[in-house]
Amino acid sequence: MSKVILTVDDSASMRQMVRFTLSEEGYTVIEAADGREALAKLPAPLHLVITDLNMPNMDGIGLIRSIRANAACRGVPIVMLTTESQEARKQEGRSAGATGWIVKPFTRQQLVAVVKRLIG
Amino acid sequence: MSDRLRQAFDEEARELLGELEGALLELDQNREDAEIVGRAFRALHTIKGSGAMFGFDNIATFTHDLETVFDRLRSGQLAASSELINLTLSAGDQIRAMLDEASGRGRADEQRCAALLAELRSLTGMTERSGAEPPPDRVKAVEAGLARRWRIHFLPGPEIILNGTNPLLLLRELRELGELEVALDASGIPPLSEIDPERCYVAWDLTLTTAAPPEAIRDVFIFVEDHCDLAIEPVPGQAAAEREADERRPSPGRSGGARASASGVASSIRVSAEKLDQLVNLVGELVTVQARLSELSAKRDDADVLAVSEEVDRLTAALRENSMSIRMLPLRGTFERFRRLVHDLGGELHKQVELALEGADTELDKTVIDQLNDPLIHLIRNSMDHGIETAEERRAAGKPATATIRLSALHSGAQVLIRVSDDGRGLDAQAVRARAIERGLIEPTAQLSEAELFSLILEPGFSTAREVTDVSGRGVGMDVVRRNVEALRGSLDIASKPGEGMTVTLRLPLTLAIIDGLLVRIGEMHFILPLASSLECVELTAQDIGNAHGSRIAMVRGETVPYIRLSEYLRLGTPRPEREQIMVMETEEGHYGLVVDEVLGNHQTVIKNLGRLYRHVQTVSGATILGNGTVALILDPHRLVRGAIQAAQDRKCGGRHKRPAPGKNTQETVEFNAFTRKENSIHVT
Repeated sequence: MSKVILTVDDSASMRQMVRFTLSEEGYTVIEAADGREALAKLPAPLHLVITDLNMPNMDGIGLIRSIRANAACRGVPIVMLTTESQEARKQEGRSAGATGWIVKPFTRQQLVAVVKRLIG
Repeated sequence: MSDRLRQAFDEEARELLGELEGALLELDQNREDAEIVGRAFRALHTIKGSGAMFGFDNIATFTHDLETVFDRLRSGQLAASSELINLTLSAGDQIRAMLDEASGRGRADEQRCAALLAELRSLTGMTERSGAEPPPDRVKAVEAGLARRWRIHFLPGPEIILNGTNPLLLLRELRELGELEVALDASGIPPLSEIDPERCYVAWDLTLTTAAPPEAIRDVFIFVEDHCDLAIEPVPGQAAAEREADERRPSPGRSGGARASASGVASSIRVSAEKLDQLVNLVGELVTVQARLSELSAKRDDADVLAVSEEVDRLTAALRENSMSIRMLPLRGTFERFRRLVHDLGGELHKQVELALEGADTELDKTVIDQLNDPLIHLIRNSMDHGIETAEERRAAGKPATATIRLSALHSGAQVLIRVSDDGRGLDAQAVRARAIERGLIEPTAQLSEAELFSLILEPGFSTAREVTDVSGRGVGMDVVRRNVEALRGSLDIASKPGEGMTVTLRLPLTLAIIDGLLVRIGEMHFILPLASSLECVELTAQDIGNAHGSRIAMVRGETVPYIRLSEYLRLGTPRPEREQIMVMETEEGHYGLVVDEVLGNHQTVIKNLGRLYRHVQTVSGATILGNGTVALILDPHRLVRGAIQAAQDRKCGGRHKRPAPGKNTQETVEFNAFTRKENSIHVT
């Protein structure tokens, strides 16, 4: 069975890009537009979450905290999407429990490499 | 990048620009509203981020500075001004123009881009940013440079798994960089009662041989750097020349063994057989003591004692395997010796006989091999003398003048099958019958199957040869063979077709000392079943019993398996428990189930002989001492099943033949019961 990845981003094109790239690698990708929608949609099983940090309603940090507090999926790897200018936000995400990060802009190869590193 | 994705970005960016405009206009009315600044920032952030990803580098570069400005607005470092708002609105128009250009509609003015940026900088006092370097491509790095060896100590923090990192995947990624030797440091694992399954307690010592730069190695650990102890250092003393030599040599782990054998160290030494016997005896005692230790430590529930006990258990099993394998010898030596015998006998009897060997490399315990010599000589002699015809007779029967005796050996579970077959005249069932009646072995009215008739030639004082010859025929051969084989806890089978020859199959245990057994319980008694013949264990459900309508057949994975309820068959008189288990055994008669109360588990079984008094007990091949000092009987599933089939047939025949078949059921169970009563009393007192 293919592994399930939840991509959380308020940018539809970003989600589409993630879905497009990872579907080609054989993963099942589910989309959510912000942290709140992601929490409502949390699929089971869930193997990886890729989340942007800046989102309306609930941002990435809030989402990471909520997932880590959720007994059903608290050990799931979480990748946050950051930018060069967001060093402080990245640290915040890490202390909230993010597993890894990708600095935007990134190539599709970089995305796939990080996903493989975390869930094989 | 696919057009579909570019299209998606185009649409989204226009939407975001609309949002940006709206936010900017609101901001003009309400300069202090952080929420509005946030909206504008997010729009710019997304345009920049996605733009770079979808190949709109010019848009990304252009938007970068705008984003930075709004980030500073957001954090209060800058205040919104009408100049800034107007400038951003123009910048939005410029982005739109760039989008148009990308989709082939019109051209964007690059000069205007630069002008807008310059204006923005002068307005906010920012300096020109240095372009962000794309992260180095690891794959390229691997290709360059010479392979070096790195020692990596990786101690993940305990919360690493909770944070979603699977350390094994990191090791796998390292392996992609080069040759990786992995050693696990499990010393940090606490006793079972203190283990939190969500925490990581282990560390790894890794040796990586790779051409990749150290940054590439560090990059693998980049997500966990802050949550682990990580030391990456080159293996010392690696001059360039040495490194090259290293590449030509096999890896250090393997080279040790290779060197040893190349220089001829791994030769053999001669040890007296007694010393080996002593060794095996000691190992047997050790296994028995180990069983006691396991039992005690399981009762104590002390993690430290349990750890030691498990360690000793592993070592004992390894020691056992090792010392048993020392005693294993191929049968070839014994087999080859018979060539001479066949040659000499052929001359004596004026018969042309060839000896064919099969499976001579099959290994068997030395003790068994030693005691196998005599029975095999008897069997070969018997074949040459009685079975094989003279050359003239063979020609007349349309067979090749040269007869063949085939000696073969093969493994079957924990047993070895040795077959002596000839292509002679075979056994004449009627002659055997007549002879047996004449000798008073059976009643004239007895109804016997062919196999039973053939087994009569193993009875003492039976010989079908009309004349006594020098070679065989005194009627002592075959019963001696049977005695010898049974002394080895083996069994003997005869198959024959008149005119085509006869095959005698010896079924021998691999070893006489220690076997892997399965400990089962029936009532208060324990029994051992040989693990090598055990296939699987299933529950005997009330439904199975109901479905079978009184016949003793269970369905196991769609296969019908007849079963024997041991407590009844062995007349143990134990009450039937609520739940029973069937051990499905592989026997000569096919798959049969043995019903027991409970299967307790693996047991290294040191085989003790039962003594002369119990030599008629066919279903028990020995006894062993359990951890608590009690005795468990070792059951022989082949004989058990065969005995049960025989008993069923006897019931069908209604006892029409009176001959007490050798070692048959009635007689046996009486003695068996005598034994079990005794055994019971041993461990009751």
